Order: sequence, then C-alpha cells, then structure tokens
Amino acid sequence: MLSRDEILSKIKTVLADSLAVDEDDIRPESTLTGDLGAESIDFLDIGFRIDKAFGIKIQQGELFPENAAQDPTLVKDGKVTPEGLTRLKARLPHFDFTGFEKDPQLAKIAQIFTVDALVKFVEAKLAKQG
Amino acid sequence: MRWMWIDRVVELERGRRLVAIKNISLAEEHLHDHFEAAPGRAALPVMPASLVIEGMAQTAGILVGHAEDFREKVILAKVSRAEIDVDPVPGFTIRYTATVEQMDAAGASTTGLVELIDPARPDRPPMPMGRIDLMFSHIDQNLAGHTFPEHNFVFGEGFKTLLRTSGIDVPA
Repeated sequence: MLSRDEILSKIKTVLADSLAVDEDDIRPESTLTGDLGAESIDFLDIGFRIDKAFGIKIQQGELFPENAAQDPTLVKDGKVTPEGLTRLKARLPHFDFTGFEKDPQLAKIAQIFTVDALVKFVEAKLAKQG
Repeated sequence: MRWMWIDRVVELERGRRLVAIKNISLAEEHLHDHFEAAPGRAALPVMPASLVIEGMAQTAGILVGHAEDFREKVILAKVSRAEIDVDPVPGFTIRYTATVEQMDAAGASTTGLVELIDPARPDRPPMPMGRIDLMFSHIDQNLAGHTFPEHNFVFGEGFKTLLRTSGIDVPA
C-alpha cells in the first residue's frame, strides 16, 4: 500500500503531464482549475491517467460530479440544494465541501477540486482494493 | 466534403490499433505556400505540422469510432503531446500508427507514432518522424444539457468512402 506522500508524488506527476505545469507549483491545496489551469476536458484526461498510474478502475461520475446541473433535485436556481449537498457528499467523500456549502453556487463548485481531494480519492480506492 | 488527411487504412485491429498512410503530393496547393520562395531562399514545400496532427486525429478518431461501430460522436478534445522531428516533404508517404491507450463511455486516449516512408528506398524501414498523443470525447456523454443532431455528423461520407476504399465494411 502506497503512503500518502507516495500517492501525492504520483498525482503531481499525473497533473504535471496532463496540465503542462511544473511539479514544484503543485501543492495539496492547489485547485485544479483556479491554480493549475485545468479545463473541463482535462478532468477526463486526469481520470484516465490516475487509472493508469495506480492500476485502478474509475467509474464515470465516481471521481468528479457529473451532470449535476441537469438534476433539479441537486441544483435549483444555480445553487446546489440541501438534498443535493447531502447526496454529493455521500457520493464524493474525497471532496471537502466545508467552504463550498456556505455559498453553494454550482458555478463555484470547482473550488473543491483540489490536489488533496485526488490524493484522498486514490487512498480510499487503493484501501478498498486491498 | 470533409478534408481528408489520410489516403488509406492499411491495418485495423478493432478497438486497439489502426495504421493509415498519407501520400504527400506536390499537387496539394498549400505546399506551394508553405514555404514559398523568398529573396535569398528557394521554395521549401513541407506539409504543415498542424495537418500532420490532423492526419493522426483522423487515424485515431476512426479507430475510436470503429470500436463502437460509429455510434458515438468522437471529437478531438486535446492534443496531449505532439513532437515532429522530421520535415515531411512531397514524394514521401507518412505512416500513422494509432493505439488506444484507454477508452470508456466518456471518451478515449490514444498514443500515436508517425513515420516517413521513402518510396525511393523501399529496402529501408520507415524512419521515425514523431509522436502524437491525443484525447477524444464522446460528446453526447460529456456535454450534458447540450443537444446535438441525431445523425453522426463526425463520421460522414468522406470517412465512409475512405474505409470502403480501404476494404473495411462500414454501416450504410
């Protein structure tokens, strides 16, 4: 089982390759879109690269929230509903929703997509794999 | 009509690998501008790197589309890597080999090898020319909320003709 630091190191390589950023500029608290310049299509690329780097199989919607805006029980008037927050937290436990839930505008959800969340995701996935 | 940048599919392993070739001809008008003669410099016709990348996008795109019998609308989403080390000039043949790296319902990533064949030296193996890795999106799966035409506008007649003339069965 890889340590947290080893996972972080591999995640940094994944992100440096995918987003053409310097590994030294990648910190656990860095946000993928705000700090590292990821665009929507990069999320698919990052998922593929994590799959390969760690030998895991990520199902669609397991790593990042998908199609949330189209589900009226999740999002209403551009904001994630209380029920939506509960469901997203349960479905995506690797993300820290603490800051986001104070002002849960869907447009701001990218702030929870941090490097640390990816590390937590991989850690949990590897632990499940045993 | 779609501007085709490959002439023939020469090998196809469903969902895994596709090899295509492109003959570079001086009859292609853009070669006379890229690069035309200038004071103190003779003309230097070279196939532009952007079109070499498009050739690989068509090669790999057909490979990804064929894996799902062309049901998905396969769109080039990202050029992950492109290195072209040798100028492709008229009279040579480019050989594109695309391999699926990963594929799922949302899209696919491919790796690609580009080689140059010199018809004047048939005894020599193709020479390495570059590498182009790409990402494709199945857009109906990724742009939720956006609607696209029912028919598959990506794989139109141009692609079908290419596949048929390469001896590959395609749906009508």
